Amino acid sequence: MLKVEAIDAAYGRVQVLRGLSITARAGEILCLLGRNGAGKTTLLKAIMGLVPVTGGGITLDGTEITALPAHRIPRLGIGYIPQGRRLFGELTVAENIEIGLMAGRQDRETRARVLALFPRLGERLGQRADTLSGGEQQMLATARALCLGPKLLLLDEPTEGLQPSMIALIREVVREMRARGVAVVLVEQRVDAVLEVADRVVFIENGRTALDTAPEELRTNPALLHRHVGV
Amino acid sequence: MEFGPHLMLAVLEGLVQASVLTLTALGLSLVFGVMRVVNVAHGEFFMLGAVLAWWITSLLGGGAGLAFAAALVGAPLMVGAIAALADWLVLRRVAYDPERTIVATIGLLYIFQQITLMTFGPDARPVPPPFNTRLALPWFEWGEGGIALYWPWGLSITSYKLFVIAAAPVVLVALWLVMTRTRLGLVLRATRIDSETARAFAIPVEQVYALVFGIGAALAALGAVLVVPIRQAHYLMGADPLLLSFIVVIIGGLGSLRGTVLAAVLIGMSDGIISVFFTPTLAKIFATLVVAMVLVARPGGLFGERRT
Repeated sequence: MLKVEAIDAAYGRVQVLRGLSITARAGEILCLLGRNGAGKTTLLKAIMGLVPVTGGGITLDGTEITALPAHRIPRLGIGYIPQGRRLFGELTVAENIEIGLMAGRQDRETRARVLALFPRLGERLGQRADTLSGGEQQMLATARALCLGPKLLLLDEPTEGLQPSMIALIREVVREMRARGVAVVLVEQRVDAVLEVADRVVFIENGRTALDTAPEELRTNPALLHRHVGV
Repeated sequence: MEFGPHLMLAVLEGLVQASVLTLTALGLSLVFGVMRVVNVAHGEFFMLGAVLAWWITSLLGGGAGLAFAAALVGAPLMVGAIAALADWLVLRRVAYDPERTIVATIGLLYIFQQITLMTFGPDARPVPPPFNTRLALPWFEWGEGGIALYWPWGLSITSYKLFVIAAAPVVLVALWLVMTRTRLGLVLRATRIDSETARAFAIPVEQVYALVFGIGAALAALGAVLVVPIRQAHYLMGADPLLLSFIVVIIGGLGSLRGTVLAAVLIGMSDGIISVFFTPTLAKIFATLVVAMVLVARPGGLFGERRT
């Protein structure tokens, strides 16, 4: 599915990713862990074409996407839920969903399917996105990405600042996506959340892959967590 | 003429000015709102609209109505295409960097001006209005039997000026419908709010920018085509619309289309009225003072938007 091979990426002169590699398979939840500034968010942005990749390569189902213009990458079936949600705040819930549908050239059926996952959004279709509660905003950010009909879903700290019931809902949706064969790449700070859903965990340090392991390994060997993320 | 009829005449002149200014300033505001580009060449797109209107009407000759209709459609389209090309050739190369685009559009200003001087020449050229019937207007006075209407000498307006006054609301409604009811409008609004996230949802932001730059220039050109039968086309005519458009956009709030429309009506009306009663120079002084006062009281303008 997704293959990131030894990529370098930088913001101007600040090198963030240094030969980082990961793979994500269909129907698998890959969790990325690492300290602040390790390069997790930059990796997702690099996959989306939002940060220029200066070395290495990214392929999706064997198709090279490294040099594609950013707006062509979602069309390949990559849904992105950015850190901080980044909703189009002045647009309504319905319009935000429409943006997702347009991105994936999806129809009303997809819209109905996604709204069935988040019935509360269906009650607020005419409401401006920036007037929603934090939890509802995260639902909308997730719904917008799902409306694209993704085969690869990138989530950047989706549970940040959410109450437990909302975290549980997001977790359920992520599992549902896995069951449908979607490859999920999840960036998380909360280790407990990672251990509950991950099929595989990759630690990122200083823009490099430090460790690629199974969650069971982390449960039996907490020293690994302490070494890589300081918990 | 008495004060009342004289004031009405000034208000009508102000409405003509407000109508043209609304279209021109809306173009500038749209470009800034979506692209964050301060387009110093905006006045030259206005000038190009007027010059191309003269060129099209001269080329077609014949009936003034048909030639003017062709100019009304053709000149904004041509200017829009020129602007989109300028976006592709210049603004995209400087990555829409706010500072560099100011310098780049200053360069465009001189390029457009000098090319027009070399091809069109230094003379002012008239464009005949498609219709120009003088319509006498009534005024009222209090008589012994109540209100009585009468027709003061000199209180009149041409049918063409009424057309110009009506044109801006029609274009505004059309633009509002496009922005709020179409997919294109949704794409433009999403790009304005967050261009990076727009890219992550398959919106080709560079193409959107070229389109917006073209639409902004076309709106200025449309304003110019409307006004050129009243004022004539000249290669230096872009300075005033640029100054007034900046004043309007600053008063209305950078990037706020609602504020732009309100400020354009305010400044256009005051410009027209003061020009009739006093001098056009005093009108510009007044507008500049209003900007200064608004900036002191509300630095973000009357409807300065909250950025998320």
